[in-house]
Amino acid sequence: MEGDIASMGQFIGAGLAAIGSGAAAIGVGHVAGNFLAGALRNPSAAGSQTATLFIGLAFAEALGIFAFLVALLLMFAV
Amino acid sequence: MATESTADAAHGAADLGACVSETGSAIGMPQLCADWMPNQIFWLVVALVVIYFVLSRIALPRIGGVLAERKGTITNDLTAAEELKAKAVEAEKAYQDALARARTEAAKIVAEAKAEIQKDLDAATARADAEIAAKASESEKRIGEIRAGALDAVTEVAKDTAKELVAALGGKADAKSVTAAVTARLKG
Amino acid sequence: MAEEAHSEGGLVFHPMDQFIVKPLFGHGPIEWYTPTNVTLWMGLAVLCVIGLFVLGTRGRAVIPSRIQSVAELAYGFIYKMVEDICGHDGVKYFPKIFTLFVFIIFTNYLGLLPMSFTPTSHIAVTAVLGFGVFFAVTLLGFYKHGAHFLGLFWMSDAPLILRPIIAVIEVISYFVRPVSHSIRLAGNIMAGHAVIKVFAGFAAIAAISPVSIAAIVAIYGLEVLVAFIQAYVFTILTCVYLKDALHPGH
Repeated sequence: MEGDIASMGQFIGAGLAAIGSGAAAIGVGHVAGNFLAGALRNPSAAGSQTATLFIGLAFAEALGIFAFLVALLLMFAV
Repeated sequence: MATESTADAAHGAADLGACVSETGSAIGMPQLCADWMPNQIFWLVVALVVIYFVLSRIALPRIGGVLAERKGTITNDLTAAEELKAKAVEAEKAYQDALARARTEAAKIVAEAKAEIQKDLDAATARADAEIAAKASESEKRIGEIRAGALDAVTEVAKDTAKELVAALGGKADAKSVTAAVTARLKG
Repeated sequence: MAEEAHSEGGLVFHPMDQFIVKPLFGHGPIEWYTPTNVTLWMGLAVLCVIGLFVLGTRGRAVIPSRIQSVAELAYGFIYKMVEDICGHDGVKYFPKIFTLFVFIIFTNYLGLLPMSFTPTSHIAVTAVLGFGVFFAVTLLGFYKHGAHFLGLFWMSDAPLILRPIIAVIEVISYFVRPVSHSIRLAGNIMAGHAVIKVFAGFAAIAAISPVSIAAIVAIYGLEVLVAFIQAYVFTILTCVYLKDALHPGH
């Protein structure tokens, strides 16, 4: 199977899909950073917004996980 | 590719199913192996149902009860503490009242005692004054008496002395004239 | 294919082998009723739940023991979450949400034990959870509000021209919910476990094994966090979806 052009395509595709994880990392960093900036500006309101923070983090991270999943699918399942 | 591996596995280890190779490692993603899904779903449902019944029948009512009981206990304790605090405040007030009352009482007693003492003192002073006055008048009288006595004695002595003197000088002194002369002299 | 590609450099990566479902007894084919390692680890999770929430609270003490205060902490945490997000009429569904939470958190944490198996890393498992929540919430919404439930998709405060477009987007996002809900959980757990396995594969090379072991420790710490956060996120999103069903107006 080595040298197979299809498997080369697979690996390149998986690698490209993994870039999505990095993009999700940027998103998660944005969410957390903005939360921190807001929390430092108004610490009394921060406690009530942690749930929102986690929902935001989860949504941002889910898309990164999708990218990772595509990579995994290309590596192992196609 | 996947079909090839599946075919390999199929003639190698038939009892392991289509998702595991002869060497025991996974072919493709185990998560996507359709052979295993009914098993996972079945046991998941069993586990969830067991957890749900254990929690909703036994654990959650119990924990909820304990939390409610604790809340009740805390509320009761707080009200009890509040009551005790009110009682303490009341007791302090009563104490202060008693103290103030005792203070006025003491002041009254002190004043009374002072007045009594003053009265006693006044009486004693008056008595002493009267006594002193009586003693003084008595003394005066005595002094007067003594003075009068002394005058008499002086007269007597003067008469006697005059009589002796006259006798010594060889004269015959008749008592009457000596007395008159002495008396006249004493007056003069 | 993967192993052949990697085994040339002396490295053997089998990051997916930890997710294989094996029968507990013998080597027979896996039928739907076969006791497998899925059964074992889910059963252990159930035992942990019973141990913590039934045996741990046996004393019903007003001044709790350590285990009882952990159980009370979990109860209070989820209860407050449900109450805050869904309002008072959501409290009725608290036992179901709590069941989801404890199941996920215990399977996640038991899965972090070495040589263990993590049921929540399997999409089949999380999809049942995610789609179960989705269907339950959707049916509940239609049951409670009838056709008014569709108002969830019709933004009455948006400009009239945009409303159909927004409605289409809302419908799509509504139907993507169960997919993202389940794949988020399975993907996070699977990714963490696979990454640990990959680093463990690097540990075979003596020169970089200290680095790889340190990396495993670091990733493991992250996974401890992720195991909790994913259970929390799954639960909180369930609450959010439930709120949409109970109060579709806002």
